[in-house]
Amino acid sequence: MNLKSRIAVSFAAVAMSTTALFAGTELTVYTAIEAEDLPRYAATFEAANPDITINWVRDSTGVITAKLLAERDNPQADVVWGLAGTSLLLMKSEGMLEPYAPAGADKLDPKFIDSDTTPSWVGMDAWVAAVCYNTVEAEKAGLTPPSSWKDLLDPQYAGHIIMPNPNSSGTGFLDVSSWLQIFGEDGGWDYMDGLHANIARYTHSGSKPCKLAAAGEIPIGISFAFRGAKSKAAGAPLEIIVPTEGVGWEMEATAIIAGTANEEAAQKLVDFTISMEAMEMYNKGYAVVAIPGVAKPVEHFPDTLLGAMINNDFEWAANNRATILGEWQKRYDGKSDPK
Amino acid sequence: MTDVDIDRLPDGPRIKPKLSRDDVLMRSGMAIIAVYLVVTLALPLYAMLSKSFSTYRFDLTQYELQASDENGAFNDQVFTAAQLNDKLQKFSDLDLSTAADGRLAPSKFFPDFSFRSPVNYRIRNVSEGGRLLVGSTLKTTTDWLELDSNTFRRVQLRPVESTGLDNFKRYFSTPALFNSIKNSLFIALVSTVVTVSLAFWFAYALNRSCMRFKGVFRLVAMAPILVPSLLPGIALVYLFGNQGMIKELLFGASIYGPIGILIGSVFFTFPHAFLIISTALAISDARLYEAATSLRATPWRTFWTVTIPGARYGLISSAIVVFNLVITDFGLPKVIGGQYNVLALDIYKHVIGQQNFQMGAVVSVVLLIPAVFAFAIDRYVQSKQVAQLSARSVAYQPKPNPKADRISLLYCALVGIFIVGILAVCQLAALVKFWPYDMSLSLNNYQFEKMDGGGWGAYYNSIKLGLATAVVGTSVVFFGAYLVEKTTGFRTGRAIFQMFAMLPMAVPGMVLGLAYIFFFNNPSNPFNAIYGTMAILVICSVTHFYTVSHLTAVTALKQMDKEFESVSASLKQPTMKLFARVTVPVSLPAILDISIYLFVNAMTTVSAVVFLASPKTSLASVAVLNMDDAGDIAPAAAMGMMIFYTNAFARIIHLVASKGILKRTQAWKG
Amino acid sequence: MTNGATAKDVYLSIENLWKAFGDFLALKDISLDIIDGEFVCFLGPSGCGKTTLLRAIAGLDLQTRGTVTQGGKDISNLPPSERDFGIVFQSYALFPNLTIEKNVAFGLENTGRSKSEIKTRVADLLELVGLPDQGSKYPAQLSGGQQQRIALARAIATHPGLLLLDEPLSALDAKVRVHLRHEIKELQRKLSVTTVMVTHDQEEALALADRIVVMKDGRIVQVGTPTEIYREPANLFVADFIGEMNQIPATSAGPNALNIGGATMTCRTHGFQENAPLVAAIRPEDIIPLGDGDAATETTENAFAVSMHEMEFLGSFWRCRLASERFADRELIADFSINAVRRLEITKGGTLNIELPASRLMAFAQDGE
Repeated sequence: MNLKSRIAVSFAAVAMSTTALFAGTELTVYTAIEAEDLPRYAATFEAANPDITINWVRDSTGVITAKLLAERDNPQADVVWGLAGTSLLLMKSEGMLEPYAPAGADKLDPKFIDSDTTPSWVGMDAWVAAVCYNTVEAEKAGLTPPSSWKDLLDPQYAGHIIMPNPNSSGTGFLDVSSWLQIFGEDGGWDYMDGLHANIARYTHSGSKPCKLAAAGEIPIGISFAFRGAKSKAAGAPLEIIVPTEGVGWEMEATAIIAGTANEEAAQKLVDFTISMEAMEMYNKGYAVVAIPGVAKPVEHFPDTLLGAMINNDFEWAANNRATILGEWQKRYDGKSDPK
Repeated sequence: MTDVDIDRLPDGPRIKPKLSRDDVLMRSGMAIIAVYLVVTLALPLYAMLSKSFSTYRFDLTQYELQASDENGAFNDQVFTAAQLNDKLQKFSDLDLSTAADGRLAPSKFFPDFSFRSPVNYRIRNVSEGGRLLVGSTLKTTTDWLELDSNTFRRVQLRPVESTGLDNFKRYFSTPALFNSIKNSLFIALVSTVVTVSLAFWFAYALNRSCMRFKGVFRLVAMAPILVPSLLPGIALVYLFGNQGMIKELLFGASIYGPIGILIGSVFFTFPHAFLIISTALAISDARLYEAATSLRATPWRTFWTVTIPGARYGLISSAIVVFNLVITDFGLPKVIGGQYNVLALDIYKHVIGQQNFQMGAVVSVVLLIPAVFAFAIDRYVQSKQVAQLSARSVAYQPKPNPKADRISLLYCALVGIFIVGILAVCQLAALVKFWPYDMSLSLNNYQFEKMDGGGWGAYYNSIKLGLATAVVGTSVVFFGAYLVEKTTGFRTGRAIFQMFAMLPMAVPGMVLGLAYIFFFNNPSNPFNAIYGTMAILVICSVTHFYTVSHLTAVTALKQMDKEFESVSASLKQPTMKLFARVTVPVSLPAILDISIYLFVNAMTTVSAVVFLASPKTSLASVAVLNMDDAGDIAPAAAMGMMIFYTNAFARIIHLVASKGILKRTQAWKG
Repeated sequence: MTNGATAKDVYLSIENLWKAFGDFLALKDISLDIIDGEFVCFLGPSGCGKTTLLRAIAGLDLQTRGTVTQGGKDISNLPPSERDFGIVFQSYALFPNLTIEKNVAFGLENTGRSKSEIKTRVADLLELVGLPDQGSKYPAQLSGGQQQRIALARAIATHPGLLLLDEPLSALDAKVRVHLRHEIKELQRKLSVTTVMVTHDQEEALALADRIVVMKDGRIVQVGTPTEIYREPANLFVADFIGEMNQIPATSAGPNALNIGGATMTCRTHGFQENAPLVAAIRPEDIIPLGDGDAATETTENAFAVSMHEMEFLGSFWRCRLASERFADRELIADFSINAVRRLEITKGGTLNIELPASRLMAFAQDGE
């Protein structure tokens, strides 16, 4: 054994012992899950998999999607856990996802799993659009509660509605794409033309309309039920209204990023994300989870919510996203005259 | 005396100086810092510029299509998508230019397409590497795909990347985007007029009256510099929003829009304008006023013939600074702008909202134009003002005038109340449990861990960034300024270096940040590793605030005896010894000024770092933005005030340190 | 070798030096030898190139063409740190944050000297410049004159072969200036260090220099001892720049004669052609007052009568303004001793005879060259 190889061997030995010492794998996980849920999720997973540590990279749906697409040629993430299904479909069409069939995939509602033989993504739970209605402020303004999307076109609501801008908010996009599906393309745009006249302004994030409604900044915020329930729990005088035509929804889903160096750990994480334990974990905030029949009712969630979920065509939404957003911007972003 | 032509340099080679070790050292030092500026400024900007010309187009010649008859049988007619489009005139040339995530359904090339029809379709890429989607699955091979009409409906074409002016064409043909230029200019111009007028009278009262509490007002006027530009926006929500404390003052107008942006802009640009105008007024020559008095000129006439001309460079300079700050700011429009779109916000929306980096780059280029223009005027005015400064003048001493002094005090008090009020409202909002339904006080809003934006970690990261920027930036800037000031010879090199040092001022922070993404987030870039780390934030901040720091350092160095280096060289001592033992200690006040400037700015800046802060390196200023974005306005105010207190604390330390140094060095000042 | 120095004792030699700043020529073909131990002053009006020449010798601003040799070594392109000189500037350039001791010791550090050696040397130097007790003070606590002495001590601390002084006294007030002038001279003599001083003050140059180099427009006009420069100015510029000089328009009347206002006078031999217009020049102290009466004027060469316009008592002598139709409306200035004025009973408004001694009456070309 010459000196060179001797060094190489001892180097390898050192390297091996180091790995042994720090047996744990660090997974970089990109997510858009609400910040306050992250520690709970990570703790539950790490309790089941003590050798894996999660490094969260958390931001809003739009930013995380932008980040992932920007890093297409140089991925930083190992796993995406908790990102909008539409976003994952975009990643899939860029060939960025590593197909993997996790243990227990057969238990999932077919809506919550990629239809390919080896699925590229698996769903976790769904968040559902809803209208946050501040009863105190509405009364002050003399408004009557709406019950349907069409009701919101009533002139009495002029300047009293806030909704997220679909160009920056995933929630905003799911609202827009659901209206296009409920009312048809032409009907959908007509509806939004009418709604635009009543909108006070569009926010950048999806939770903000509900938080603004909770804070009384606006009587009506088009947002999602989960946010409304939380604000209501915090003491806001909110009523969560589920429009009768049906509501758009979006799933949170999980996928492995192609080319990850930690494939084994990544697969363990994906296995975990569809486990029963995980579903119960999601159920604390989400009324709808990927395994049917598991979910228990969530406090402050309206009963009608589950039934109102439309049969959402995610593929259509993902593939028409650019066109829809362009059209939306053309119609409503230009009319920026202040009210 | 001699027979050579005495008025003509004889031909022959110039004496080539032999470089001393110090010369070599200093020139390489300068080269290193110049390279630093190239890598951190010129190359990223170039990357951004080329990105703005990088376009995505549907290349219809890349796809071949076939349709069967009702029985599913194909004839041998094959069309390219381009031929079909020519026949139908469905999409114009501009329609075919798109963004990176553009999609085009080929079913649109068949006018009688129905997904229920029994017609089958075939499609293929003409060449290997073409891109089309069936549903979400990418197909890049040239094999024919035979699909029933329901599946064909799900086929989408993907664009290919090319280079050209398409982005700019699309930008200028989108009224919504074009409108932003108008809005940006409007807001910037009106803010400039309002801020400069307010700041002028404030500075005038402080410089030309004998009112009381001048010191207090001076401090108050500088307070807005210590907070992120978007903080006043948050205060305005609490003041004039639908639940606002004094929303009646707006008479039904909405604060969300130009009014909000204007008020907020005035708040955060006020100290900048005040500082410049105050300096300009302070250097005005008292003898001119004596002359005016002896000529029995009325105060009104004196004001217009002496005061205003004397302060004109200050006024122009402050106007440009305010204009530039407002037109490049995106935090305020985002928080309080409602539907009012401005250029800086468009960049953010394109990049963060739509992941359309190309269009973000296009808007950046558009935003660079007014910024560079304003910068050029400012440099010109600055050079004029130096000439004015060098004249010997006598400082003006105001005389007591009870009435004028009372009016001055009243005016300053109003401005002071505005500034303190904004900050106080933020602090109050941060402490209220659930505005407006539960007004009891609590610290709930300080539980940043429960919010977006990175929690308390973001706050500590910001302090780290502030300290690192101060230390690294001060070292690099001061050393660079020393080299460029004290290196002998090497004229061209020094001129180029000076130009690089001035350039960052002309680049809006948001443009710089975006340019950094393009440049550093590129796997083939050897500096790629710093992407997503604290290092890139430090570098970005140092570069962003380079110019002002550089000018401060140069001014301090110019005041030093220029023969120190000659003496040191004659004594055969290394220049670096002189630098360490004399230059640095003597320049310590300026060095501290640069440090605090860098620290405060790194703590408050949003625009430059918003694209670069990663979750591991989340920052307090960006957290304010993100928490507001998520609707957590009170925690955003709480975080904003944390930044304020930290900066105020840093300033106090700076003050004490400066005083201490001054005291210690009093000995040699004699 | 130029200027009469011999090769053996030349310490610093400047040959054909040019300095161009863009199109402007600041030094034009300067050649000069400086002898070992010599005190040389560069004298001239501002902008004449004297400081440029000094800085070229120091290597602070390199010349464009030409060579500089010091102690037999070509130093033309060496940086200052590789040359052997000490320098004192008008601004003193003392390091404000270092004590006097540390200022003086600055050049002694990193030279292999021990701390105690440095301490002794600094104490000796402070003693030498007459400020032995000021070592722990800061520069700003000393007067201008004291600061300049410290600068001097710092410059000679390392025993440089060449001492360069760039207008060292200009920032000081008159009394201190005269005082320090003497000390510099004494110090230079004691150390016998070759010294080059730049000054625009002719009195300083005359008092200090072994040789004066008079410069104008980037050229050397004259090199010589103070007495040579004073008594034998090479041209009207030097004559005018150094000391007082009466100038009278005249024409040449032969190799050693002048025509002033119609009268022919004998003067020093000059090379001008007959009738060439020129300037007659004589220093005020060289004009000799003669007794009353025609006898004196007839028997004495270059004697004639003048009227006394103005008399000004300057302590050790009288400065007199004399008028004569010979000089048209021009006045002659003459310095008469108190004795002579008393003896000859010269009074303001009277007339008297004066003599312009032929050996002191000089003729120069009009253009000053």
